Amino acid sequence: MARNKRSTPEINAGSMADIAFLLLIFFLVTTTMDVDTGIARKLPVLDDTQQPEDMQGNARNIYEVYVNKTDKLLVEDEEMDIEDLRNGAKEFLNNHGKNPALSDSPDKAIISLVNSRGTSYEMYIAVQNELTAAYNELRDDEAIRKYSLNYTELPKDKQKEIRKMYPMKISEAPPGEF
Amino acid sequence: MSKFKKNKQEGTPPISTASLPDIVFMLLFFFMVTTVMRETEMLVDNILPQATEVKKLERKSLVSYIYIGSPRGINRKKQYGTKAKIQLNDAYARVEDIQSFIVAERESRAEEEIPLLTTSIKADVDVKMGIVSDIKQELRKAQSYKINYSTRKENK
Repeated sequence: MARNKRSTPEINAGSMADIAFLLLIFFLVTTTMDVDTGIARKLPVLDDTQQPEDMQGNARNIYEVYVNKTDKLLVEDEEMDIEDLRNGAKEFLNNHGKNPALSDSPDKAIISLVNSRGTSYEMYIAVQNELTAAYNELRDDEAIRKYSLNYTELPKDKQKEIRKMYPMKISEAPPGEF
Repeated sequence: MSKFKKNKQEGTPPISTASLPDIVFMLLFFFMVTTVMRETEMLVDNILPQATEVKKLERKSLVSYIYIGSPRGINRKKQYGTKAKIQLNDAYARVEDIQSFIVAERESRAEEEIPLLTTSIKADVDVKMGIVSDIKQELRKAQSYKINYSTRKENK
Protein backbone atom coordinates (compact mmCIF):
# COMPACT_ATOMS: atom_id res chain seq x y z
CA MET A 1 0.00 0.00 0.00
CA ALA A 2 2.79 2.28 0.76
CA ARG A 3 4.15 1.70 -2.70
CA ASN A 4 1.06 3.14 -4.41
CA LYS A 5 1.44 6.36 -2.57
CA ARG A 6 4.83 6.95 -4.08
CA SER A 7 4.52 9.01 -7.27
CA THR A 8 6.01 7.49 -10.41
CA PRO A 9 9.19 9.20 -11.43
CA GLU A 10 8.92 11.32 -14.55
CA ILE A 11 10.50 9.92 -17.69
CA ASN A 12 13.20 12.16 -18.93
CA ALA A 13 12.14 13.41 -22.36
CA GLY A 14 15.25 15.40 -22.96
CA SER A 15 16.61 12.98 -25.55
CA MET A 16 13.33 12.82 -27.43
CA ALA A 17 14.42 15.77 -29.56
CA ASP A 18 17.66 14.01 -30.44
CA ILE A 19 15.87 10.89 -31.61
CA ALA A 20 13.42 12.93 -33.63
CA PHE A 21 16.25 14.92 -35.14
CA LEU A 22 18.01 11.76 -36.18
CA LEU A 23 14.91 10.50 -37.97
CA LEU A 24 14.29 13.93 -39.44
CA ILE A 25 17.75 14.11 -40.93
CA PHE A 26 17.35 10.65 -42.42
CA PHE A 27 14.14 11.60 -44.19
CA LEU A 28 15.55 14.97 -45.21
CA VAL A 29 18.40 13.23 -46.96
CA THR A 30 16.34 10.51 -48.64
CA THR A 31 13.46 12.69 -49.75
CA THR A 32 13.18 13.78 -53.37
CA MET A 33 11.06 16.82 -53.85
CA ASP A 34 11.08 16.93 -57.62
CA VAL A 35 7.71 16.33 -59.17
CA ASP A 36 7.62 14.41 -62.37
CA THR A 37 6.53 16.58 -65.23
CA GLY A 38 6.14 15.83 -68.86
CA ILE A 39 4.13 16.19 -72.02
CA ALA A 40 1.02 14.04 -71.79
CA ARG A 41 -0.19 12.23 -74.87
CA LYS A 42 -2.73 9.61 -75.68
CA LEU A 43 -1.77 6.91 -78.14
CA PRO A 44 -4.30 5.95 -80.79
CA VAL A 45 -6.05 2.61 -80.51
CA LEU A 46 -4.42 -0.10 -82.55
CA ASP A 47 -7.04 -1.20 -85.01
CA ASP A 48 -6.13 -2.92 -88.25
CA THR A 49 -9.69 -3.11 -89.51
CA GLN A 50 -10.05 0.64 -89.60
CA GLN A 51 -9.28 2.08 -93.00
CA PRO A 52 -7.21 5.23 -93.03
CA GLU A 53 -9.46 8.16 -93.76
CA ASP A 54 -9.32 9.58 -97.22
CA MET A 55 -7.44 12.79 -96.90
CA GLN A 56 -7.78 13.84 -100.53
CA GLY A 57 -9.60 17.11 -100.96
CA ASN A 58 -9.06 17.74 -97.31
CA ALA A 59 -5.52 18.93 -97.69
CA ARG A 60 -6.13 22.44 -96.41
CA ASN A 61 -7.10 21.06 -93.01
CA ILE A 62 -3.90 19.14 -92.60
CA TYR A 63 -0.74 20.78 -91.39
CA GLU A 64 2.12 18.55 -92.38
CA VAL A 65 5.17 18.59 -90.18
CA TYR A 66 8.12 16.41 -91.12
CA VAL A 67 11.23 16.00 -89.03
CA ASN A 68 14.08 14.22 -90.76
CA LYS A 69 17.03 12.34 -89.35
CA THR A 70 19.21 15.44 -89.27
CA ASP A 71 16.56 17.16 -87.13
CA LYS A 72 15.49 19.51 -89.91
CA LEU A 73 11.88 20.59 -90.10
CA LEU A 74 9.74 20.55 -93.22
CA VAL A 75 6.39 22.23 -92.68
CA GLU A 76 3.83 22.34 -95.49
CA ASP A 77 6.63 21.59 -98.00
CA GLU A 78 8.84 24.39 -96.76
CA GLU A 79 11.81 24.35 -94.47
CA MET A 80 11.16 25.97 -91.15
CA ASP A 81 13.02 26.77 -87.97
CA ILE A 82 11.69 25.37 -84.73
CA GLU A 83 11.20 28.91 -83.42
CA ASP A 84 8.64 29.64 -86.15
CA LEU A 85 6.66 26.44 -85.69
CA ARG A 86 4.52 27.75 -82.84
CA ASN A 87 3.31 30.79 -84.75
CA GLY A 88 2.96 28.82 -87.97
CA ALA A 89 0.74 26.26 -86.25
CA LYS A 90 -1.28 28.99 -84.53
CA GLU A 91 -1.88 30.77 -87.81
CA PHE A 92 -2.93 27.51 -89.43
CA LEU A 93 -5.31 26.54 -86.61
CA ASN A 94 -6.85 29.94 -86.10
CA ASN A 95 -7.53 30.64 -89.76
CA HIS A 96 -11.32 30.14 -89.71
CA GLY A 97 -11.41 29.73 -93.49
CA LYS A 98 -9.89 33.10 -94.36
CA ASN A 99 -6.78 31.96 -96.13
CA PRO A 100 -7.63 29.17 -98.62
CA ALA A 101 -4.29 27.47 -97.98
CA LEU A 102 -4.92 27.12 -94.25
CA SER A 103 -7.57 25.37 -92.18
CA ASP A 104 -11.37 25.79 -92.31
CA SER A 105 -11.79 25.88 -88.55
CA PRO A 106 -9.77 24.89 -85.50
CA ASP A 107 -11.90 21.81 -84.80
CA LYS A 108 -11.38 20.45 -88.31
CA ALA A 109 -7.67 21.15 -88.40
CA ILE A 110 -5.31 18.24 -87.96
CA ILE A 111 -1.61 18.45 -87.43
CA SER A 112 0.18 15.56 -89.03
CA LEU A 113 3.55 14.88 -87.47
CA VAL A 114 5.92 12.51 -89.22
CA ASN A 115 9.37 11.83 -87.90
CA SER A 116 12.22 9.71 -89.09
CA ARG A 117 13.60 6.80 -87.09
CA GLY A 118 16.81 8.80 -86.90
CA THR A 119 15.23 11.94 -85.44
CA SER A 120 16.66 12.73 -82.03
CA TYR A 121 14.33 12.52 -79.08
CA GLU A 122 15.31 16.03 -78.08
CA MET A 123 14.07 17.44 -81.39
CA TYR A 124 10.90 15.37 -81.25
CA ILE A 125 10.06 16.72 -77.81
CA ALA A 126 10.87 20.25 -78.96
CA VAL A 127 8.39 19.87 -81.84
CA GLN A 128 5.76 18.34 -79.59
CA ASN A 129 6.33 21.15 -77.12
CA GLU A 130 5.87 23.86 -79.75
CA LEU A 131 2.69 22.24 -81.09
CA THR A 132 1.29 21.88 -77.59
CA ALA A 133 2.23 25.49 -76.91
CA ALA A 134 0.32 26.58 -80.02
CA TYR A 135 -2.83 24.87 -78.77
CA ASN A 136 -2.35 26.13 -75.23
CA GLU A 137 -1.90 29.70 -76.39
CA LEU A 138 -4.99 29.56 -78.58
CA ARG A 139 -7.02 28.12 -75.73
CA ASP A 140 -5.70 30.78 -73.42
CA ASP A 141 -6.59 33.56 -75.86
CA GLU A 142 -10.08 32.20 -76.27
CA ALA A 143 -10.53 31.81 -72.51
CA ILE A 144 -9.40 35.38 -71.91
CA ARG A 145 -11.65 36.71 -74.65
CA LYS A 146 -14.69 34.86 -73.33
CA TYR A 147 -14.23 34.77 -69.59
CA SER A 148 -11.23 37.06 -68.96
CA LEU A 149 -9.48 34.21 -67.21
CA ASN A 150 -6.62 32.00 -68.19
CA TYR A 151 -7.56 28.56 -69.49
CA THR A 152 -6.09 26.81 -66.49
CA GLU A 153 -8.04 29.03 -64.09
CA LEU A 154 -11.41 28.17 -65.60
CA PRO A 155 -13.76 25.65 -64.01
CA LYS A 156 -13.82 22.15 -65.53
CA ASP A 157 -16.92 22.62 -67.69
CA LYS A 158 -15.67 25.86 -69.21
CA GLN A 159 -12.32 24.21 -69.93
CA LYS A 160 -14.16 21.45 -71.71
CA GLU A 161 -16.03 23.96 -73.80
CA ILE A 162 -12.82 25.67 -74.88
CA ARG A 163 -11.19 22.31 -75.48
CA LYS A 164 -14.05 21.45 -77.80
CA MET A 165 -13.42 24.60 -79.81
CA TYR A 166 -9.71 23.86 -80.04
CA PRO A 167 -9.38 20.08 -79.87
CA MET A 168 -5.81 18.89 -79.96
CA LYS A 169 -5.57 16.71 -83.03
CA ILE A 170 -2.02 15.65 -83.59
CA SER A 171 -1.75 12.62 -85.80
CA GLU A 172 1.46 10.67 -85.94
CA ALA A 173 2.30 8.43 -88.82
CA PRO A 174 4.70 5.53 -88.40
CA PRO A 175 8.23 6.88 -88.73
CA GLY A 176 9.99 6.59 -92.04
CA GLU A 177 13.61 6.42 -93.14
CA PHE A 178 14.36 9.84 -94.52
CA MET B 1 2.65 52.44 -12.30
CA SER B 2 3.31 49.57 -10.00
CA LYS B 3 1.57 47.29 -12.47
CA PHE B 4 4.43 47.68 -14.87
CA LYS B 5 7.24 47.52 -12.42
CA LYS B 6 10.46 46.20 -13.72
CA ASN B 7 11.34 42.62 -13.16
CA LYS B 8 13.97 42.69 -10.56
CA GLN B 9 15.50 39.49 -11.77
CA GLU B 10 18.68 40.15 -13.69
CA GLY B 11 19.81 38.28 -16.85
CA THR B 12 17.67 36.76 -19.58
CA PRO B 13 15.42 33.90 -18.56
CA PRO B 14 16.20 30.59 -20.29
CA ILE B 15 14.06 29.79 -23.33
CA SER B 16 11.96 26.72 -22.78
CA THR B 17 12.88 23.93 -25.15
CA ALA B 18 10.01 21.72 -24.09
CA SER B 19 8.19 22.23 -27.41
CA LEU B 20 11.26 21.53 -29.51
CA PRO B 21 10.45 17.81 -29.90
CA ASP B 22 6.98 18.76 -31.08
CA ILE B 23 8.35 21.04 -33.77
CA VAL B 24 10.87 18.46 -34.87
CA PHE B 25 8.23 15.75 -34.94
CA MET B 26 6.03 17.93 -37.09
CA LEU B 27 8.84 18.36 -39.61
CA LEU B 28 9.62 14.68 -39.36
CA PHE B 29 6.08 13.66 -40.21
CA PHE B 30 6.03 16.06 -43.12
CA PHE B 31 9.13 14.51 -44.63
CA MET B 32 7.99 11.00 -43.84
CA VAL B 33 4.78 11.57 -45.74
CA THR B 34 6.33 13.33 -48.73
CA THR B 35 9.34 11.11 -49.17
CA VAL B 36 9.47 8.66 -52.02
CA MET B 37 12.23 6.13 -51.88
CA ARG B 38 13.94 5.54 -55.16
CA GLU B 39 13.53 1.88 -55.85
CA THR B 40 15.26 1.56 -59.19
CA GLU B 41 18.94 1.89 -59.85
CA MET B 42 19.63 3.74 -63.05
CA LEU B 43 21.39 1.56 -65.60
CA VAL B 44 21.10 4.03 -68.47
CA ASP B 45 22.13 7.62 -69.01
CA ASN B 46 19.11 9.75 -68.48
CA ILE B 47 19.27 13.44 -69.26
CA LEU B 48 15.72 14.47 -69.95
CA PRO B 49 14.88 17.02 -72.65
CA GLN B 50 13.48 20.39 -71.69
CA ALA B 51 9.98 21.59 -72.39
CA THR B 52 7.70 24.38 -71.26
CA GLU B 53 4.21 22.99 -71.86
CA VAL B 54 4.39 20.34 -69.21
CA LYS B 55 1.83 18.71 -67.01
CA LYS B 56 2.44 17.32 -63.58
CA LEU B 57 2.28 13.59 -63.21
CA GLU B 58 -0.17 13.03 -60.42
CA ARG B 59 -0.44 9.92 -58.29
CA LYS B 60 2.97 8.41 -58.66
CA SER B 61 1.70 5.01 -57.58
CA LEU B 62 -0.17 4.75 -60.88
CA VAL B 63 2.82 5.44 -63.08
CA SER B 64 5.08 2.85 -64.66
CA TYR B 65 8.40 4.04 -65.94
CA ILE B 66 10.29 3.07 -69.06
CA TYR B 67 13.84 4.36 -69.18
CA ILE B 68 15.73 4.66 -72.43
CA GLY B 69 19.32 5.69 -72.91
CA SER B 70 22.79 4.41 -73.57
CA PRO B 71 24.27 2.20 -70.82
CA ARG B 72 25.50 4.20 -67.87
CA GLY B 73 29.14 4.23 -66.90
CA ILE B 74 32.28 3.21 -68.76
CA ASN B 75 32.16 -0.45 -67.71
CA ARG B 76 28.62 -0.94 -68.88
CA LYS B 77 29.40 0.90 -72.13
CA LYS B 78 32.26 -1.54 -72.72
CA GLN B 79 30.04 -4.49 -71.99
CA TYR B 80 26.87 -3.50 -73.80
CA GLY B 81 28.02 -0.89 -76.31
CA THR B 82 26.75 2.66 -76.51
CA LYS B 83 23.55 1.91 -78.36
CA ALA B 84 20.41 3.04 -76.55
CA LYS B 85 18.91 0.39 -74.31
CA ILE B 86 15.61 0.06 -72.53
CA GLN B 87 15.49 -0.31 -68.78
CA LEU B 88 12.44 -1.75 -67.07
CA ASN B 89 12.55 -1.88 -63.28
CA ASP B 90 16.09 -2.92 -62.43
CA ALA B 91 17.24 -4.62 -65.59
CA TYR B 92 17.82 -4.07 -69.27
CA ALA B 93 15.02 -5.26 -71.46
CA ARG B 94 14.15 -5.75 -75.07
CA VAL B 95 11.29 -4.07 -76.89
CA GLU B 96 9.36 -7.36 -76.82
CA ASP B 97 9.43 -7.38 -73.02
CA ILE B 98 7.32 -4.24 -72.76
CA GLN B 99 3.98 -5.96 -73.18
CA SER B 100 4.64 -8.39 -70.36
CA PHE B 101 5.96 -5.52 -68.25
CA ILE B 102 2.71 -3.61 -68.72
CA VAL B 103 0.69 -6.71 -67.91
CA ALA B 104 2.73 -7.24 -64.74
CA GLU B 105 2.24 -3.60 -63.77
CA ARG B 106 -1.49 -3.98 -64.26
CA GLU B 107 -1.67 -7.11 -62.17
CA SER B 108 -0.02 -5.39 -59.23
CA ARG B 109 -2.70 -2.69 -59.15
CA ALA B 110 -6.30 -2.80 -58.03
CA GLU B 111 -8.76 -3.38 -60.82
CA GLU B 112 -10.44 0.00 -60.61
CA GLU B 113 -7.08 1.72 -60.96
CA ILE B 114 -6.10 0.01 -64.22
CA PRO B 115 -7.68 2.60 -66.54
CA LEU B 116 -5.77 5.32 -64.73
CA LEU B 117 -2.37 3.77 -65.28
CA THR B 118 0.07 6.01 -67.09
CA THR B 119 3.34 5.05 -68.71
CA SER B 120 6.07 7.60 -68.34
CA ILE B 121 8.72 7.46 -71.03
CA LYS B 122 11.98 8.73 -69.66
CA ALA B 123 14.26 8.93 -72.63
CA ASP B 124 17.66 10.51 -72.87
CA VAL B 125 18.11 13.51 -75.18
CA ASP B 126 20.47 11.54 -77.42
CA VAL B 127 18.05 8.68 -78.04
CA LYS B 128 16.82 8.30 -81.59
CA MET B 129 13.10 8.19 -82.30
CA GLY B 130 13.25 4.69 -83.84
CA ILE B 131 13.38 2.93 -80.49
CA VAL B 132 10.81 5.29 -78.99
CA SER B 133 8.42 4.57 -81.84
CA ASP B 134 8.91 0.83 -81.33
CA ILE B 135 8.04 1.27 -77.67
CA LYS B 136 4.96 3.32 -78.51
CA GLN B 137 3.84 0.59 -80.87
CA GLU B 138 4.30 -2.06 -78.16
CA LEU B 139 2.33 0.08 -75.71
CA ARG B 140 -0.50 0.29 -78.20
CA LYS B 141 -0.42 -3.50 -78.54
CA ALA B 142 -0.61 -3.75 -74.77
CA GLN B 143 -3.54 -1.33 -74.82
CA SER B 144 -1.80 1.10 -72.57
CA TYR B 145 -2.65 4.36 -74.24
CA LYS B 146 -1.88 7.00 -71.65
CA ILE B 147 1.70 8.07 -71.94
CA ASN B 148 3.81 10.93 -70.72
CA TYR B 149 7.05 12.05 -72.26
CA SER B 150 9.04 12.96 -69.18
CA THR B 151 10.81 16.30 -69.40
CA ARG B 152 12.57 18.83 -67.26
CA LYS B 153 10.84 22.12 -66.85
CA GLU B 154 12.51 24.88 -68.78
CA ASN B 155 12.88 28.23 -67.13
CA LYS B 156 11.26 30.72 -69.42
